[in-house]
Amino acid sequence: MSYKIAIASGKGGTGKTTVSVNLFKGFNELRGKKVQLVDCDVEEPNDALFFCDAEVVDVQEVSQMVPVIDSEKCTFCRKCVEYCEFNAIVVLPPVPFAEINPSLCHSCGACSVACEDGAITEHPKPIGTLNFYKTDENNGLVEGKLKIGSTMQTMLIRELKKAIPGINDIIIYDAPPGTSCPVVETIHDVNYLILVAEPTLFGLHDLKLMVALVRELGLEFGVVINKVGLGDNAIYDYLDKERIEVLGKIPFDKEYASLYAVGEITGIIPDAIHQSYTEILDVLNQKITHHEGNNRIKW
Amino acid sequence: MKTVITSSGENNLAQFDKRFGRAAWFCVFDEETKQTIFIKNKNINSSNGAGTMAAEQIVSMNVQKVISGDFGPKAKDLLDKFNVQMVIIQDNDITVQGIIEKLTK
Repeated sequence: MSYKIAIASGKGGTGKTTVSVNLFKGFNELRGKKVQLVDCDVEEPNDALFFCDAEVVDVQEVSQMVPVIDSEKCTFCRKCVEYCEFNAIVVLPPVPFAEINPSLCHSCGACSVACEDGAITEHPKPIGTLNFYKTDENNGLVEGKLKIGSTMQTMLIRELKKAIPGINDIIIYDAPPGTSCPVVETIHDVNYLILVAEPTLFGLHDLKLMVALVRELGLEFGVVINKVGLGDNAIYDYLDKERIEVLGKIPFDKEYASLYAVGEITGIIPDAIHQSYTEILDVLNQKITHHEGNNRIKW
Repeated sequence: MKTVITSSGENNLAQFDKRFGRAAWFCVFDEETKQTIFIKNKNINSSNGAGTMAAEQIVSMNVQKVISGDFGPKAKDLLDKFNVQMVIIQDNDITVQGIIEKLTK
């Protein structure tokens, strides 16, 4: 079984991608295990930007099934309207008129169950693609890319996670920002969750939202504080008070930020930042070893 | 001819509600009888499709004109399809009665 780690944040721009990409490279070098990086920020995936030599090895289209009502067969009973949780169906018996709005439909299939007249059939509608990249001999990156105009983030993330081969030792999910459905879909089944936070007012505010979510989901998690040196001490006091595990502190470095801007986040890393990642990787490796040990006992 | 005015309350003195799908009430004004009836918007708290449902309700009531502050694209498509005229009023301080007076002048 793969060990699954998600990197999430709440606030955008705290460093999810930077941490994800660096951990991915770090695991590659340290352990020689098969590691898969998965970019779950399907609205604007950007992990691939940091692997300019990576070649695309496969592109898979993902579709949602959208129901269509045949008004010849429809008896305008409105049962499907009652079944639809998303108000996607309009049926006007006197007209008569029956139509499903695909942009409101979540493809749950309830209307097909509701219809007793065989008037509803389902047809595929593309929502995005899964792009598979080969980054080196053993390891790879997969990203989900949502089609412009589609609102099916959660469905695409679900399909993306399903498409990852089980032969990987470690899977790293780079989560979308925020605390809503796409984030829950990304993190709900991981072995360990890393929250990347920054010591600003906004950063702390969103970290608290994220901690509340993660505790409700019952996930094991720790925090990486990025851009240490900015802001104030409130975040450290909060983490201390809540007894939240701090995996590492990455110092703020303006030169490193410039390197990020030209896509060089893993090349020439300042010593202090490199040291932080080494520490974070050590902690994660312990967790992975522990997990493997536990699994062995179970078998 | 029947006209729907989106309303924040249940009587003619209530403020006009500029939201269409999430208006609190729909006031149906009959131009021939000068009568108004108020229908509660049961989709006011729907997570999505409130505009679509409101448009469906309005078409099913055989209304020819809707007065609101704005219409979303899905509601607009549906109302267009059934030739319901959409009138936009961007006035924050008008009551339902005030709009009826403008209509009947």
